[in-house]
Amino acid sequence: MLQVEGLDVQIRSERGTAQILQDVSFAIPRGGTMGIVGESGCGKSTLLRSILGIMPKGAETPRGAILFDGQDILTDRAASARGRIGFVPQDPYLSLNPVFRAGDQILEIMRRHAPGSRADHKRKIVELFRAVQLPDPEGALRKYPHQFSGGQRQRLLIAAALACDPALVVADEPTTALDVTTQREILALLRRLVAERGLSLLFVTHDFGVLASVCESVTVLYAGRVAETGPTRQVLDDPRHPYTRMLLACHPDRSADLSGIPGTVPAATAQPPGCRFHPRCPIARPDCATAPPPLVALPGGRAVACPHFETPLPENALA
Amino acid sequence: MTALRHIFRDPVAALGLLIVLAAVVIAIFAPWLAPYPDDAFESHLLQRLRPPSAEFPFGTDNLGRDILSRVILGTRSAITVALSVVLAAMAIGVPIGLAAGWREGWLSEVLMRVTDVFLAVPQLILALALGQLIAPGIGAAMVALSLTYWPFFARTVFAETRRLRGALFVDALAGIGAGPARILFLHVLPNAAPAILVRATIGMGFTILTAAILGFLGVGAAPPSPDWGLAVSEARQHLPEAWWFPTFPGLAILLLVLGFNLLGDGLRDAADPRLRRSRR
Amino acid sequence: MLSYVVRRLLLALPALLGLVFLTFVLSRVIPGDPAATLAGDAATPAQLAEIRAQYGLDRPILEQAVIHIRQVLTGDFGRSVFSGRPVAEEIGQRLPATLELTFAALFLSTILGIPLGLLAAVNHNGPVDHLVRLLSVGGLAMASFWLAIMLQLVFSMDLDILPLRGRVDVEIGMPPWRTGLVLIDSLLAGRLDMFWDGLLHLVLPAVTLCLPGLATIARFTRSGVLETLQKDFVLYARAAGYGRVRLNAIYVLRNAVNMVVTQIGLLFGALISGAVAVEAIFDWPGLGTYAVQAILSADYKALLAVTLVVGVVYAVVNVLVDVAQALIDPRVAEDAR
Repeated sequence: MLQVEGLDVQIRSERGTAQILQDVSFAIPRGGTMGIVGESGCGKSTLLRSILGIMPKGAETPRGAILFDGQDILTDRAASARGRIGFVPQDPYLSLNPVFRAGDQILEIMRRHAPGSRADHKRKIVELFRAVQLPDPEGALRKYPHQFSGGQRQRLLIAAALACDPALVVADEPTTALDVTTQREILALLRRLVAERGLSLLFVTHDFGVLASVCESVTVLYAGRVAETGPTRQVLDDPRHPYTRMLLACHPDRSADLSGIPGTVPAATAQPPGCRFHPRCPIARPDCATAPPPLVALPGGRAVACPHFETPLPENALA
Repeated sequence: MTALRHIFRDPVAALGLLIVLAAVVIAIFAPWLAPYPDDAFESHLLQRLRPPSAEFPFGTDNLGRDILSRVILGTRSAITVALSVVLAAMAIGVPIGLAAGWREGWLSEVLMRVTDVFLAVPQLILALALGQLIAPGIGAAMVALSLTYWPFFARTVFAETRRLRGALFVDALAGIGAGPARILFLHVLPNAAPAILVRATIGMGFTILTAAILGFLGVGAAPPSPDWGLAVSEARQHLPEAWWFPTFPGLAILLLVLGFNLLGDGLRDAADPRLRRSRR
Repeated sequence: MLSYVVRRLLLALPALLGLVFLTFVLSRVIPGDPAATLAGDAATPAQLAEIRAQYGLDRPILEQAVIHIRQVLTGDFGRSVFSGRPVAEEIGQRLPATLELTFAALFLSTILGIPLGLLAAVNHNGPVDHLVRLLSVGGLAMASFWLAIMLQLVFSMDLDILPLRGRVDVEIGMPPWRTGLVLIDSLLAGRLDMFWDGLLHLVLPAVTLCLPGLATIARFTRSGVLETLQKDFVLYARAAGYGRVRLNAIYVLRNAVNMVVTQIGLLFGALISGAVAVEAIFDWPGLGTYAVQAILSADYKALLAVTLVVGVVYAVVNVLVDVAQALIDPRVAEDAR
């Protein structure tokens, strides 16, 4: 369904060229669900924006391809998958324009990307509102965003993502702005809709708990590169890359946040040579600083970008 | 000093500063810079309405006076008038803003309602009415302009005081026993100074423009004063022949107001990007 | 929505009452002895006393204030010392001319300013942007009376394509009075020649007067659009597949315009001020020329009445602005609750 192949993204500005993504590859099969995990600054949002076709100013893709349904949507503007890829944004409070009715905002998307008349579209939206369990589906069409609660707004945005019958839904941490109870409801809804409609899902998160409940497989990004990828259960239970291991070890609450690990995430304009994690890695060896380690395939559909993945971490790694 | 550096880095604001500084220099040395300094008052009826030439770069007016000299001499009066008006308006508006912003209560309410009344009519209209009631002439016009511009200072200082009062350090100062007067003048006022300065700079441009309108309408400066607005008004009877007569005094107004506005914009950006962009 | 309008109107009342009181203070306190002013220099003490009695000036000052306020509230502004006619009647005849001029200017500055500001923002830091910035700073620095004269010089005197002064051509004349607005009355009377004539006469004064508004609106549209473009919902809309033109022209602009509408309320004050000078230059028979004439003939009643009427118009415009804002952004009316 979606195939990202060797994608490089860099952003040129006055302060120099920032390497945001390097050699990122993964694939989501039809009906598959993939999670992207990483800290802020690891390139998650740039990856999302590349897929959605809304690259920031000055962004270039010197290498790589994004194939959607076999078409390269990165180079072929006509084949751009907008509308065919549904998008659920991170913040339901800020993602709806406050001065337009909710229904009109979804109708505008359908006007460009869905066949049928305005009346057809309205019927479809009401149907979707019902599917996402929004109270009073007909009335919701004429309400303004501020008249909904946060959870309702996220349901609304999920409905918007499904409006043009997409094959793939991209969700960007869709629950971080919500309270815990609402989070759970929204995740359950998303899971159900994806399963019922046979959709593929690309789910960005920094929460391993959420990841485990939604995604079959996972890709861990560190500083713009894939550190590790594989089926979620296996990666979480038996992480191989030192970065993933440390993340999971120091965060029993399962939030991907490296604050317990010494050192900081490198700036995108000043990436270290070789393996980007080596300055913070407790098992780094001299050769780690010379060349970037390739992604090595492991049994069970897994891959890891560290030749030393079998070396145990020292006891004091998480001081 | 950082504000100054910021202004030099912003070419548009630097241009404003340059214009204002040049105008101030011209105003101070006007009698020495003007080719015919006596033309402020003397007339030469034999050389009426001469077009621009090497002798009279801006031409001569209906009384044969050199327009360039009168534009230079007029700079002094324009800046003096605007500066006096802005300082007087500041002297009224700043204390009122401080008092109203310091405590919520009847005093604050009364002061801000009075401010609203003065803002309920466009400044020029109120200044016309006031100036005429006091006595026609440039002095009354200046009083009237001050009496109508102070609410803008009061509003600015009120907002700043409210903002600063909420800041932690004011509570801390009150906690160690500093009196309201001490807190207001030693702590709040210096912090509100950038906003006041920005308001004053923009007020200079605005006042020059309004004073020029008053001069043009014949309720400001009186002949034979080399006032720019007055000159444009006198020129009307000699159109279309003497196109240069209104053109140059008008350009002088445009340039000086432009200078103050550009400088005010630059100062605002340097002082605080949060400050609302408004131009009154 | 209706209750919001009513509440906004009530909020404007205290300032207007204050203005009535201020005009009273101005008219009674500042000129020294108003009776002497009214009677002239050569008045005898007996005449003075008579005038005091006639105008109620011998009564206690507070009572005078109450009488003054009552008179003003009933629309009684007294008689003009210049023409001897009731001031209210004269203002009623002149107000439409000023409204026609100021609204024409406001219309021009809006339909030109918003697209210019949008264009500048979309081409952020490009040549169009710099041009619009220059225009928006220069437009505010230009003295309206000077611009008026320069335009007259070029278009009326030199090129002779637009009328020099007046509201209508004397040979064509005014359409029959219905609203007092030439453009509307001429259409109501079915006189296209009068409409065209009125339009031609309106061009130069309106263009002159629109410049500060144009500058302000372009400036605020530009900054509003730039600010809105940074919002998450714009990024979302792009991701969701909104078209570029519709995104900028409708989706973003409607948010940005809200900030502009606030400015239109403030602008109206500048417009009325500018109208005084512009009317004087174009012999436009509105409140501005009336005010100037009142000043030159020391007609205090007329001058104070103009001040009050302008205050009321100003307040009404600002209420309209608030209502427009509530219509554009549904959160405004609800926040005010």
